[in-house]
Amino acid sequence: MSYRFPSNEWIQELSRLLNESPSYEGSAKDWEGDFVFVVEPDGALAEEAYLFLGLLHGKSPDAALLASATERPAAYVIRAPFSVWRKVIDAELDPIQGMMMRKLKLEGDLMKIMRYPKAAKEIVSCCADVPTDWPEG
Amino acid sequence: MWTFVSPRVVFGEDALDALDRVTGTRALIVTDRGVLDLGLVERVRERLEQSGFEVEVFADIEPDPSIPTVERGAEAARSFAPDWIVAVGGGSPLDAAKAIWVLYERPDLKPAEINPFIDLGLREKARLITIPTTSGTGADVTWAIVLTDPIEHRKMGLGNHENAADLAIVDPSLAAGMPPQLTADTGLDALTHAVEGYTCTWHTDMTDGLCAHAVCEILEHLPRAVADGTDMTARTRMHHAATSAGLGFGNAMASLAHAMGHALGAAFHLPHGRAVSICLPYTLEFIAREAPERAAQLANRAGISSDTGKSGARALAQAVRHLANTIGNPTSLAEAGIEREAFDAALGKLVDHAQNDTQAITAARSPSSEQLADLFRAAFDGISVAF
Repeated sequence: MSYRFPSNEWIQELSRLLNESPSYEGSAKDWEGDFVFVVEPDGALAEEAYLFLGLLHGKSPDAALLASATERPAAYVIRAPFSVWRKVIDAELDPIQGMMMRKLKLEGDLMKIMRYPKAAKEIVSCCADVPTDWPEG
Repeated sequence: MWTFVSPRVVFGEDALDALDRVTGTRALIVTDRGVLDLGLVERVRERLEQSGFEVEVFADIEPDPSIPTVERGAEAARSFAPDWIVAVGGGSPLDAAKAIWVLYERPDLKPAEINPFIDLGLREKARLITIPTTSGTGADVTWAIVLTDPIEHRKMGLGNHENAADLAIVDPSLAAGMPPQLTADTGLDALTHAVEGYTCTWHTDMTDGLCAHAVCEILEHLPRAVADGTDMTARTRMHHAATSAGLGFGNAMASLAHAMGHALGAAFHLPHGRAVSICLPYTLEFIAREAPERAAQLANRAGISSDTGKSGARALAQAVRHLANTIGNPTSLAEAGIEREAFDAALGKLVDHAQNDTQAITAARSPSSEQLADLFRAAFDGISVAF
């Protein structure tokens, strides 16, 4: 089974994979801070989409497709066009390099997030493990 | 899409002459007591004063510079209001100067907020010159800043593309007085930069040549520079190789040996080059179990092995150990003088800090916490990695 990106099912599957990942749990055991991923329209995506990923102490207690970026408060918001997200999820673009080149824009406490690079890598690794169905442009 | 960041690099004999063409009014020299006592700062100060600069010296940088130290340096900068910051020394003063410069320009930032994801808007108040006095750090040309948090005893990888220097002066005469042990430690640091810059997942077409060239140069010239400090050919080639490696890994990334070395350095105050180079063969062997290609290719380019798989990668690891043995450096943490009891007590923190070091994310094979602990144990006991 594959999950359309972006969708409620896709982000919930990511949340489920994170909850099964001992690597993620170990690297984020002290982490507190939810994320909203803003998927900006380009190419195959016509409307902006907002994915909420709850993250607490090495687990993901909650995940949902939102109606707006502010529907649920989140410590971090990452914005990028759909085509950039696709490259990240397909492991063609390292998200940290993407943020350094301003392809992805991160809002939130950067000081804190820089202390958890392995956790970030584990999240991306789990993203790549979600069987993804991409909308056609 | 990626980018290559570099200062203008003036190198070779008499490179210090480049200071004669720098224009401005006030220069703050950032250095440490050792470099000051060697008279190297005086050579720089004289040049700047001859060019009409008013010069102040901030010489309080300690090894593994701490956040409070760079905050005091930034205060000194704000008080003196320089239009140039001139960093003279090894990696510690150079990294500290970058942080002092950022905090001088951006007093609204805390040191830990210096990250690559924001625009700093530097060069409104000052610019930066870096003058390395050791042949290893590469900090003269990199944008990275490593500072130590004295409360958590943890090294922090910081930096932003903007805080690369405007001008790097790579004059081998400034490193000519290094004693053999410092020559060895810093040279092995440069080797680790070059190897990790080549083998990490962030390597690029722009960095591979620089790293491979530096590896070849270091393997050939480091033993000579350690054995005979008056061999200026070897000194010069090492000084240039360190900067080549800096440009290489600084535009790619370091990797797992640096992540482990940072943790060890913060816990046991091992010299940085010694810490990372002890770890390097073990991390190469670990990565070689699943992703040997890059290390094997580098071994091939350096004339160490023609094997393109695990044997090639392991041959590179052995070449690193052989070089360390040749120049009298330890190849295990026990040999480096760390007591087993202290090591065992620190292991949990070492693993925690290493796995959350920014350099750890570029390893071609990512270790679990347990594997990282085993890597530290292997490096402690000096046992080749077979897991």
